[in-house]
Amino acid sequence: MANIIGAVTTSHIPAIANAMANKQEQEPYWKPFFDAYPPVRDWLNEKKPDVVVLFYNDHGLEFFLDKKPMFAIGTADQYENTDEGWGIPTIPPVTGESELSWHIANELVFNGFDMTICQEMRVDHGVTVPLNLMWPGHNYGHIKVIPVCINCEMHPMPQPWRVYQLGQEIGKAIASFDKELDVVLFGTGGLSHQLDGERAGLINREFDLECMDKLVNDPEALTQYSNHDLIRIGGAQAVELNMWIAMRGAMHGKVTKLHENYHAPISNTGAGLLLLEHEMPEA
Amino acid sequence: MTSKEMTEIPGTIMFDGAMSRLGYGLNKMCYSFNEQAARDDFLADEMAYCDSFGLSEEQKACIRARDVLGLLKLGGSIYYLAKFTGVMKLNMQDCGAQQTGMTVEAFKAMLVKNGAGDV
Repeated sequence: MANIIGAVTTSHIPAIANAMANKQEQEPYWKPFFDAYPPVRDWLNEKKPDVVVLFYNDHGLEFFLDKKPMFAIGTADQYENTDEGWGIPTIPPVTGESELSWHIANELVFNGFDMTICQEMRVDHGVTVPLNLMWPGHNYGHIKVIPVCINCEMHPMPQPWRVYQLGQEIGKAIASFDKELDVVLFGTGGLSHQLDGERAGLINREFDLECMDKLVNDPEALTQYSNHDLIRIGGAQAVELNMWIAMRGAMHGKVTKLHENYHAPISNTGAGLLLLEHEMPEA
Repeated sequence: MTSKEMTEIPGTIMFDGAMSRLGYGLNKMCYSFNEQAARDDFLADEMAYCDSFGLSEEQKACIRARDVLGLLKLGGSIYYLAKFTGVMKLNMQDCGAQQTGMTVEAFKAMLVKNGAGDV
């Protein structure tokens, strides 16, 4: 069977891509952010997962407002990154994984999550920034990625309780796959931020730290929030927490935190990093 | 609570169905800026390019003025407007400063203060 061996949450802000491209990681502004990543990279290099299931949102590269899936899953062998319009460098294609992704898609729809299934999909910074953070220098080609895209851009959008259920079903689907594969989950985006309106610039450090703690120890508490609550407390784009909640839903048993960091501001946001393991089923 | 019972959050425009409908052409134009050729066409004749996406006179006036807050109120989504402001070489701190009526330096200082939990 396929096993989830751990999970990582990380920011996916475009400015990170520029900082990496311009080799600014050790500049005072960026150092407290980038210095937190080596332990996560070491863990990934030691564990050598086969597949990453990556929860993200598309910020207007693949999906426009003409057709807006609430939940989409990629089943392609490869995903292209293309020009997003405002100047972050495009990066080499991302390797996909069609067999497990079709299995997950089949299981999800069978169990009531009617996914949009994408056999061709451009992936934006929501996918590429986390991959390049974990395997710098675009060295992520060996990792097979299954992108799971959640609408965080246009209301109505899926609520925290619902994305948690999605994660739970994805966890079950992975466990029921009959080939030996080690899977790591990535929950990307967040945390508190608001880019638009007179309230732009909002960052809620206390809330972010509370969310990071609850994500580990009491995820169901996070599912009690509505998107409206998240926006009120953490800003208009705090709904990106939904990707973390979905990721957490796929984990089971006692969850152990191996590493964490929080730094704010990065660009206009609070940037959180977690490396988690959970109870593995008996072999 | 039903979906209609959401209370307003001051300083925040919910990008919902009504706003998405109002800003459809505007956002579609901004979505086109994913392509370099479209950015070039826009810069060559901004108002003609706006017309080709059916922008209203109010929306065109806000494009001309690079008025992010005005565009948001006319149905712009920040994710698409970011592509427009990118063409204008404005980053998210520039946009934040503009929307809050601060200088860029003051806006960045506010981010640092908020990030430190010093509120």
